[in-house]
Amino acid sequence: MSFFISFLLVLAFGSLAYLGVESGYKLMFAAIIPYVAVGVFVFGFVYKLIDWARSPVPFRIPTTGGQQKSLDWIKTDYLDNPPNKGWTVGRMILEILTFRSLFRNTSMNLRWQDGEPRVVYYSEKWLWLFALAFHYCFLVIFIRHFRFFMEPVPLLVQGAEFFDGILEIGAPRLYQTDLIIIAALLFLLLRRIFDNKVRYISLLSDYFPLFLLLSIVGTGLWMRYFAKTDIVGVKQMTMSLVQFNPVIVDSVGAIFYMHLFFVSILLIYFPFSKLMHMGGVFLSPTRNLPNDSRMKHHVNPWNPPKKYHTYEAYEDDFREVMVEAGLPVEKQPEETPETKAEAE
Amino acid sequence: MANVPTPEELLKINYSMPDKGWMDMKPVFKDGNFCYPGKPDVIKEIGFPNPREWSPKDDDWQLPENWMEILHDGMKDRLERYRSFKIFMDICVRCGACADKCHFFIGGGDPKNMPVLRAELLRSIYRKEFTTAGKILGKLAGARPLTQDVVKEWFYYFYQCTECRRCSLYCPYGIDTAEVTMMARELLHLLGININWIMEPVRNCNRMGNHLGIQPHAFKDIVEFLCEDIEEVTGIKIDPPINEKGHEILFITPSGDVFADPGVYTFMGYLMLFHELGLDYTLSTYASEGGNFGLFTSHEMMKKLNAKMYAEAERLGSKWILGGECGHMWRVINQYMDTHNGPAPFLEVPKNPITGTVFENARQTKMVHITEFTADLIKHDKIRLDPSRNDHLRVTFHDSCNPARGMGLFDEPRYVIKNAVRNYFDMPPSTIREHTYCCAGGSGLNTDEIMEIRMRGGLPRGNALRHVQREHDVNMMSCICAIDRATLIPLADYWAPGVGICGVHELVGNALIMKGEKKRTMDLRQEELPGMEGE
Repeated sequence: MSFFISFLLVLAFGSLAYLGVESGYKLMFAAIIPYVAVGVFVFGFVYKLIDWARSPVPFRIPTTGGQQKSLDWIKTDYLDNPPNKGWTVGRMILEILTFRSLFRNTSMNLRWQDGEPRVVYYSEKWLWLFALAFHYCFLVIFIRHFRFFMEPVPLLVQGAEFFDGILEIGAPRLYQTDLIIIAALLFLLLRRIFDNKVRYISLLSDYFPLFLLLSIVGTGLWMRYFAKTDIVGVKQMTMSLVQFNPVIVDSVGAIFYMHLFFVSILLIYFPFSKLMHMGGVFLSPTRNLPNDSRMKHHVNPWNPPKKYHTYEAYEDDFREVMVEAGLPVEKQPEETPETKAEAE
Repeated sequence: MANVPTPEELLKINYSMPDKGWMDMKPVFKDGNFCYPGKPDVIKEIGFPNPREWSPKDDDWQLPENWMEILHDGMKDRLERYRSFKIFMDICVRCGACADKCHFFIGGGDPKNMPVLRAELLRSIYRKEFTTAGKILGKLAGARPLTQDVVKEWFYYFYQCTECRRCSLYCPYGIDTAEVTMMARELLHLLGININWIMEPVRNCNRMGNHLGIQPHAFKDIVEFLCEDIEEVTGIKIDPPINEKGHEILFITPSGDVFADPGVYTFMGYLMLFHELGLDYTLSTYASEGGNFGLFTSHEMMKKLNAKMYAEAERLGSKWILGGECGHMWRVINQYMDTHNGPAPFLEVPKNPITGTVFENARQTKMVHITEFTADLIKHDKIRLDPSRNDHLRVTFHDSCNPARGMGLFDEPRYVIKNAVRNYFDMPPSTIREHTYCCAGGSGLNTDEIMEIRMRGGLPRGNALRHVQREHDVNMMSCICAIDRATLIPLADYWAPGVGICGVHELVGNALIMKGEKKRTMDLRQEELPGMEGE
């Protein structure tokens, strides 16, 4: 259900762009919507980060994934149980650049062997591999796109293009990331559909971004490899956008507008969706804090006043039995008329 | 375990997902699948809202009239106070990596025991109440309206999470279901929805100094009784100081060690070790609880119960605190204690008086774990151990979830065990250290009325234990957690019959060579040592 709605939604967005452009609303799709989208993205992203940052982190709650720093001769697992900021940064870098936690993934299987149940664990790296592949391809493609927004084209962008096309297949030269990102997105989508557990937990907001990304990549590839869009015209348009003086080049076809519209939708959707994991992963308190609260004092900004059942109140409750049992007390039991009479 | 199915029956687990979406599935409360609610007098005494007689089986849970408002405000308040909560509500991508990491899912197959869905139970309400997309798009945005059924579902599933954090280890964003469960339980408490197995220990601990409600004179009696047992086994008479001022160290351990078999043997091990060292320490009856069931109710209650440790150390004039073998106790000490109730300038940085080692990692809390302490002693050759006295045992070690993923205490206990026994075998790597499984009775769920749920959740641990039993004839699983020492016994009886449970310092007590002791013919359980009997 969510799957089809997501699909239809993306289809609808595509048709909207196509029909819009065909009916002459070119400026709308080439400039106004993209400007709005970038604005929403930047504002929304920053707003969300600020909103998160406004809530304090009262306690140090890192998930410790290795040996703590304790006695000198016990080997500390600095990366998985960082005792200070430096190692925490190391942990975060690996988490963000290599998806280290996901790399740990296993799959559990319950089977029978010799008449006994066995819970067995298999290494499960596919999700890690394709997730990593998708994100890196996206990054490279993102960098490559700066060719359209900068003049002269910076060295970094040229380098990305060179290495991405290093196999020198076809003309225009095939970028490996174009193929891999399609494969990765399809893997992520098919996994959602065919892994019954993942299908069960999936929401519309899980399918929609996958379809949207596939549409973006699809229209992009179509322009580059099949439609052979007027690249000079495109660059003219994109540069004009950057210079805040949008122009329309008539030789650029509807497919470009669709591509741009899908990207705009992605930008607008981003800050309100799970895609914000991009920003959130930096702020996750189980990963970005050192495990040092036995070593250093930390302040909880809303620390409630200390209220507890005091020793005095406790002794008041139990003084007689404590004295009888020979336990030391702060205050001797008061002499009551009866005990006094007894003493006499 | 009369109402618990046999392992064969229980193992018919259906991992396929239902046809109906999860929002349309409601839990059915029946005896055995829920914990009993808190008794009104208990709830009243500790000042939690809405004390009343009720049962989860009732249609009407007698919630306060404005319960929706209370939940909304409670959620808002917590979103503003805990970044963890806010972030974890927003960034899950539902990749499903956590799905088969939860012991309750592995043992039961209920989709809502997948950590991702457990959190979605709360997220769906968060979206509806606090996000624009959720308010407008409703179900399409993964939102659903807040109803009493949702509240009931929360009670059902957030008391089927032991806050063990195993899922958080695998999550690419470190989303920690323990944090989510803690928030959900705090919210439920606002409505007067709680369980007696947690609330009564909290009440007891607050007033009587420990979860079990052992009063001071009874505490002293028990310690004396255990010392008689020590004398029986070793011939040495010990008279541990209680509530005495002016000793260097205050020793605090979970009250389960004082009260329940087999924790008592671990407690005897501590006392023997301290006696042999001539340690200048005292016990306290006022702070006679290491554990902290407040952790399972609210951050404020956790703080309140924990405050007594520093207060008592200050009153007694101790220099530092030594803590016994307990799981969630150490999560509280490691992650919360100093922030809640510190700093404690009246204490000194802990220094082992026997070896001179300064415990730099406890510089701020001034509280040292007993296995850190003992490992240091062994490393410096300050105690003599005869591991052959444990030769009748073939031992494995269960990493308790809290010291594992909330602290990182892995090698200290192993070092101590390996010096105290000669036959040690680890369970498979996917089930130990940071990957360890919970005993399925943590976070206050160690109550007998949900035994089937506990046995289901115990499957992965039990199965790993069965593995080393089969491969290496393991007959004893040691652990550093008082809840484990209680919960793992039925678990082992069920999944790996024939394996016993012990604390690490029971093994130390057995192996410890004491000055002036008689020839040991019995272990601390007063069972004859093979080859030594009748000499």
